[in-house]
Amino acid sequence: MAKNAHNKDLQVAHPETSHAHGEHHPELGFWRKYVFSTDHKIIGLQYGFTALFFLLFGFTLVMIMRWQLAYPGEAIPLIGWLFSEESMPGGVMLPEFYNQLGAMHGTIMVFLGVVPLAVGAFGNYVVPLQIGAPDMAFPKLNMASYWAYFLGGVVMLSSFFVPAGAAKAGWTSYPPLANIETMGQTMWLLGMVFLITSSLLGAINFLTTIIQLRAEGLTFMRFPFFVWAQLITSFLLLLAFPPLEAAAILQLMDRLAGTSFFMPGGLVVSGQVMDISGGGSPLLWQHLFWFLAHPEVYVLILPAMGIVAEIIANNTRKPLWGYKAMVYSVIFLGFMSFIVWAHHMFITGMGTAISAFFQITTMIISIPSVIILSALFLSLWGGSIRFTTPMLFALGFLPMFGIGGLTGLPLGLAPTDIHLHDTYYVIGHFHYVVAPGTILALFAGIYYWYPKITGRSMNDLLGKIHFWGTIICMNFIFMPMFIQGLAGVSRRLYDGGQLYQFAQPVLKWNEVMSIAAWIMGLVQIVFIVNLFMSIRKGKKVSDNPWEATTLEWSATSSPPLAHGNFETMPQVYRGPYEYSVPGNSRDFAPQNEPEEKVSAA
Amino acid sequence: MFSGSSTFVSEVDQAFLFILIISVIFFVGIVFAMIYFVVRYHHKKNQTVSQSSGNLTLELLWTVIPTILVLAMFYYGFIGYRNMKTIPPDALEIQALGRMWSWLYTYENGYQTDTLTVPVGKPVKIRVESADVLHSFYIPAFRIKQDAVPGMKNYVWFEATETGTFDIFCAEYCGDRHSYMLSLVKVVPQEEYASWYDGTAQFASAASGGAAGGGAERKPGSRGPMLVKIKGCVACHSIDGSPLVGPTFKGVFGHQVAVITDGKEREILADEEYLRRSILEPQTDRVKGFENIPMPPQNLTEEELAEIIAYIKELQ
Repeated sequence: MAKNAHNKDLQVAHPETSHAHGEHHPELGFWRKYVFSTDHKIIGLQYGFTALFFLLFGFTLVMIMRWQLAYPGEAIPLIGWLFSEESMPGGVMLPEFYNQLGAMHGTIMVFLGVVPLAVGAFGNYVVPLQIGAPDMAFPKLNMASYWAYFLGGVVMLSSFFVPAGAAKAGWTSYPPLANIETMGQTMWLLGMVFLITSSLLGAINFLTTIIQLRAEGLTFMRFPFFVWAQLITSFLLLLAFPPLEAAAILQLMDRLAGTSFFMPGGLVVSGQVMDISGGGSPLLWQHLFWFLAHPEVYVLILPAMGIVAEIIANNTRKPLWGYKAMVYSVIFLGFMSFIVWAHHMFITGMGTAISAFFQITTMIISIPSVIILSALFLSLWGGSIRFTTPMLFALGFLPMFGIGGLTGLPLGLAPTDIHLHDTYYVIGHFHYVVAPGTILALFAGIYYWYPKITGRSMNDLLGKIHFWGTIICMNFIFMPMFIQGLAGVSRRLYDGGQLYQFAQPVLKWNEVMSIAAWIMGLVQIVFIVNLFMSIRKGKKVSDNPWEATTLEWSATSSPPLAHGNFETMPQVYRGPYEYSVPGNSRDFAPQNEPEEKVSAA
Repeated sequence: MFSGSSTFVSEVDQAFLFILIISVIFFVGIVFAMIYFVVRYHHKKNQTVSQSSGNLTLELLWTVIPTILVLAMFYYGFIGYRNMKTIPPDALEIQALGRMWSWLYTYENGYQTDTLTVPVGKPVKIRVESADVLHSFYIPAFRIKQDAVPGMKNYVWFEATETGTFDIFCAEYCGDRHSYMLSLVKVVPQEEYASWYDGTAQFASAASGGAAGGGAERKPGSRGPMLVKIKGCVACHSIDGSPLVGPTFKGVFGHQVAVITDGKEREILADEEYLRRSILEPQTDRVKGFENIPMPPQNLTEEELAEIIAYIKELQ
């Protein structure tokens, strides 16, 4: 059905592409072409650079926090003068400032860094190319999505400069504390409304694009796994984000309009009974928040799995093992992710029966992840493996994400979760999923698709230094968190737990973790240099340097803007990963080449 | 972990170990297989590529075995959880009230304290409540944790297996001085607990605002040191002159203080009237240089207020 409607869709979506290629197009001015662009590739790059900036910024916040954790109460060297007397008098961090950094680190990394990079950047740049589409279905909506994200980022950043600083009620913003916190919290909520709006616009666009604009012959089971991952991710964003948007607006009203959606009556603050009607529930916020934030974990991880799948198939020169099982797993994962949220709330006073339900669903949701991960690693079996830089990052992802997943099991079961909840164990688990997991995969994606974007490849040696430096440091940062958490050290402690007697034996790890974090910061300079230098100095490569099969590699590198990506609209003849098929002339069979062209003459 | 002092410890730690051992077996297996694959199938060693793109039996096994394992984990875990949620009917009940940033324990006879004292070998049930924001009552050595949610009465129970003193955390972030919201639980032999509890009766009536304790002649302010602890004042106001979130109690009385009143700065004399106003309406005259941080409710009686003021007057 999509096949017949194909040409019509294109015309509706992008009138200019319906002209025969080669016809003269009026050139767009600089602003329309590179700033307020409606081209998915420019928007993808805008998302990419903005998100990389926020990742660096969010990481910088935590590097400052780690000074306070390693050397509590000591003046921070070198950069102390940058901060106001209200946040770091004499270079010594105050708890108020530490808590701002903590809340903003979480918010920025998740909502302004990883999701926009995984979905906004990779989704925008790669998905239309991979399905053979000239652009996204709704190019203007796409532009609106980026600029809503940008505004959200500006609001979040500027909140550091309002009186009493940025939000400091944690990235989870639990009321009643969040309701009575300083003005930064209002900014946080406003920023979230922009960011959620951006994600919703993007999600609708991806769903429509993937379903309606795929090339002729590209059936669902011929999708590259990355496209599947983005499709399910968009469903998750579309269905899970609205409750949080509503919740953010309710909390805004609690703060500004005097409602009490999240406030019970009889709260006494500053020695005075609060002048509110009451009748609200602090737990309502937690339900709404986690109803988004658990699917959000899969929003963080699915695009990463998609990237890794592409790279592993390409670098083993063989079909993905268990492609169908992976597709069914990712669909199942999407459904299940909506009914596990309350495992974040086992200790809020939940009943035994309902928590049994959420414990079972949580145990079950680990199965599809196990299937995807094992399919990826069994894909190595019998291959002819090339150790390119993207492949190193993809291989690093497998065991690191494995640690992240396995350490989640004790958190899904109430008796063990009760002890580990809100300790550094949770921080370690979550970071293994997102940092050595997702972020390694995102780096892999950058190295992998860079030649498509620029026509040049990134430096291999610098890439390998970046890989080894990052993965070693990450383990030194996050592994000790499990040790501290098992001992019972709580998170969000301004001094890392100095006052607690039983925490003393594990506190020495704080210094190790901090030093590893700072070294990892230095290692990222190698990446930044590589990223920018290779634009001009990188080795020039062909349109398909990795000899890959999927459609994006059949477009010219650095595909033309607003000309519809492809010289002629691709026709798809086969599945996504036909590598090393016996009897073919080469070890890869691009999806868009007809049989007579790929078989040995 | 792997040492602790309540009846839950072995169950929780065994469940954790069970999961850990399965996880480690899986992880080590996968990593070794991966290393073997990347060495064995390096492109220099292997040119003939397998076309295997799946194997139904293997995929089914790979689905069924982990499913059985995680359901076994669930069963193991749920048994432990049910025990933690089933409170013995004879448990001793104590209220733990969380507020920014201290815990207040109230015993059945009305005695209030900032340190929890419990008997060894007897089930104790804690009613966890909050006066302001979310807190969480956490004793790592007992493997228990329970959120304090304003407007809700949550229960958690434990039975200590050895005597000693253990840390109590607030595990839920509750504002600027969350890190300092620490408290202790003292586990004592049952006979010692019984005599201690009898001894609290006279304080109990005093602390809960009844007739002045014991009838004996007392100096005004002598209960101050205990009250500033019970009421949580010292979490933010030091008695040794060091500035915390709020101004110190030491050396305030009788001196000029720079305060902000209705947004304007002024100097006033810290007399008895000023101390009283600062305790009851902390926002009225805010001491300059301190942030506008909400002070939790104290529910002080007139007598307690007088005691605390008398005590602050002494701290010079």
